[in-house]
Amino acid sequence: MRTASSKRFDSLEVPVPRPVTPRTARPAACALLCAGLLATACSPSSDEGDASVLTSLDYNISEPQNAATAQMLEACAEQAGVTVEREELPREQLMPRLLQGASQQELPDLMLIDNPDLPQVAATGALLPLEEAGVSTDGFYPSVLEAGTHDGTLYGIATGVNGLALFYDTAKLEDAGVEPPETWDDLRSAAEELTSGDTNGLAFSAIGHEEGTWTFEPFFWSNGAELTQVDSPEAVEALELWADLVEEGHVSQSAVNWTQADVKDQFVGGRAAMMVNGSWQLPVLAEEDVDYGVVPLPVPEAGTEPAPPMGGEVWAVARNGEEREAKAVEVLQCLLTDENMTEWAELNAYVPGKEELAQALAEEDPGMAPFVESVPSARSRTAELGEDYPEVSSALADAIQSVLAGDAEPDEALSQAQESVPAS
Amino acid sequence: MPSHRLRGALFLAPLVLYIAVFFGYPLATNVGMSFREYTAASFYTGEAPFTGLDNYARLLGDPLFAKTLGNTVLFTVGSLAFQFGIGLALAVFFQRRFPLNGVLRSLLLVPWLLPLVVSGTVWRWIYDQEYGVLNQALLGLSGAVERLTGWAPLGGEGIAWLSSTDMALTSVVIANVWVGIPFNMVILYGGLQNIPRHLYEAAELDGAGPWQRFRHITWPLLRPVTAVVLMLGLVYTLKVFDVIMVLTNGGPANASHTLTTWSYQISFTELDFGTGAAAGNVLILIALVFALVYLRSGRTADEGGAR
Repeated sequence: MRTASSKRFDSLEVPVPRPVTPRTARPAACALLCAGLLATACSPSSDEGDASVLTSLDYNISEPQNAATAQMLEACAEQAGVTVEREELPREQLMPRLLQGASQQELPDLMLIDNPDLPQVAATGALLPLEEAGVSTDGFYPSVLEAGTHDGTLYGIATGVNGLALFYDTAKLEDAGVEPPETWDDLRSAAEELTSGDTNGLAFSAIGHEEGTWTFEPFFWSNGAELTQVDSPEAVEALELWADLVEEGHVSQSAVNWTQADVKDQFVGGRAAMMVNGSWQLPVLAEEDVDYGVVPLPVPEAGTEPAPPMGGEVWAVARNGEEREAKAVEVLQCLLTDENMTEWAELNAYVPGKEELAQALAEEDPGMAPFVESVPSARSRTAELGEDYPEVSSALADAIQSVLAGDAEPDEALSQAQESVPAS
Repeated sequence: MPSHRLRGALFLAPLVLYIAVFFGYPLATNVGMSFREYTAASFYTGEAPFTGLDNYARLLGDPLFAKTLGNTVLFTVGSLAFQFGIGLALAVFFQRRFPLNGVLRSLLLVPWLLPLVVSGTVWRWIYDQEYGVLNQALLGLSGAVERLTGWAPLGGEGIAWLSSTDMALTSVVIANVWVGIPFNMVILYGGLQNIPRHLYEAAELDGAGPWQRFRHITWPLLRPVTAVVLMLGLVYTLKVFDVIMVLTNGGPANASHTLTTWSYQISFTELDFGTGAAAGNVLILIALVFALVYLRSGRTADEGGAR
């Protein structure tokens, strides 16, 4: 999950044509369309045989990711003796485009997918199992591999991952004489003491989709709740924490409309003394005039293991015929070399997928240390639910919103959300 | 086939083909999709088991269905009533001659010219609970009232325009009304220009006041234009998507979802394309009902005129 660009703007490009072309209906569609309007688009795909030109799709549309992705793909393509035609889309359009491609049996050879979306694509059977194809997983964090695994098979692999941590405004904490919080109790009292005038103690995104759910998940999981039982007492307790913070005025109620980019704006603008946000904000914050520190997210009690969700995108390869697959894997392996992985991580403030490189980065850049620290215990959002994750995520986001808006109590809201969890 | 009929058919062919390809085919596919369990995997494998009315049953059984349907009605009726009312008032107003009439009239078109994304984003700032200009103004007013009377209407707190489930839908309607006023005003103004001046002069000679002139001349003669404006407005409003997505994303807690945004969410967030298609079809059905009502009313009016 990353929202370097304003997610709101992206979501506006939304009116994508509905992909309404199931495979079974293709001949009919073709007959109609070929009647003269779009004859070329319908002619049988001819590039299947040509393995010297690969296609790639990602959503790194904001800088510096955009240029870095293009440059890295180009270098790796050259090394593999192919050219890669890269296409980049706003995040919201990536899945519709992939589904559209899947219906035409024309997926890009390489695609960079947000990890919670991977099971959806993998379930189609259109992706290449990476380990069988010879992609080495040596030195990767097991948790990083987990995030690219569907039904026990590795379909996606991450050059870098991201996670959530607590950012704090150094000056504001010093003025108030508050230490960065480590436990939920610390967080409550710190938020209270830091709230004054125009400044809220804390800001987080509680927007009504995956972005809000993912911000809530570290609180949810570290308290021992599970996505298969979203109405457990542990889950209710976690939501009560958020509800109290909003009700007592230490977090603005507007959080229900904030994306993570909005949260960063609140923090940079001095309207929030602390925020829950991701590592990708580090380069953005570096350009702003604000002194900040980063610590791991507070846990329910001292000594509890933190459990942030694993964020970030994974590379996947489409089954496009042996020759193309082999070339695509070659390009992918080049993207995963130590040098490229480190370069990518440094540029985007991601944690490298390989443990050794991540440790080296943490020593070099203390701002990254809390994120690196959290990777081994980071959890895959789709491990328990697989393809059912989007529905549960959506229900959980609704529950969070109705509680923060003061419409429902945490226990009732969550027991309603539980209805969308498929009985296993 | 007689040659003139063949010729007729040939002239019709491009149109029929166009409609079949760009309306008929997607529509038929959407209907077909709504009877299947259509998931993300279906796109690749082509396997989408036929499930009959299951998707519709799930849709109607969802507690959100009644809510979004209600929201759709409130959103549409609220938007139409105010867009039309204010648009008509402005159109009548601009019929008078006064300096800067043309300049003002073209300035009023601005909301219509702006991309909806831009309007939506600006409204989002206006509505911001803590720093938005609307709340600042209201709080200032409330403070002034308090100094005068000792009673603060807002109690010192801004209205949660977008973050309260009670207010979100209203806020979205207000923004949408603002967007829609110019359209109504322009068309109605055009309609007013077509009403012969001498009718007003004659009425004035007969001693009719402004209200009577409006009631007995403007209103009846504007009726055909009114019907078109309302019908187009209805269709535009039913399918409003951008304004809601920018302002609230359908939230908080689904409080401002209409059938349009909800069907998008089911399809593209929850990736349940079958149910999403069913929601889309319900919307189409509603639009169709009103289109039929409009066609019927047009026909009876024509017949009435012929008689």
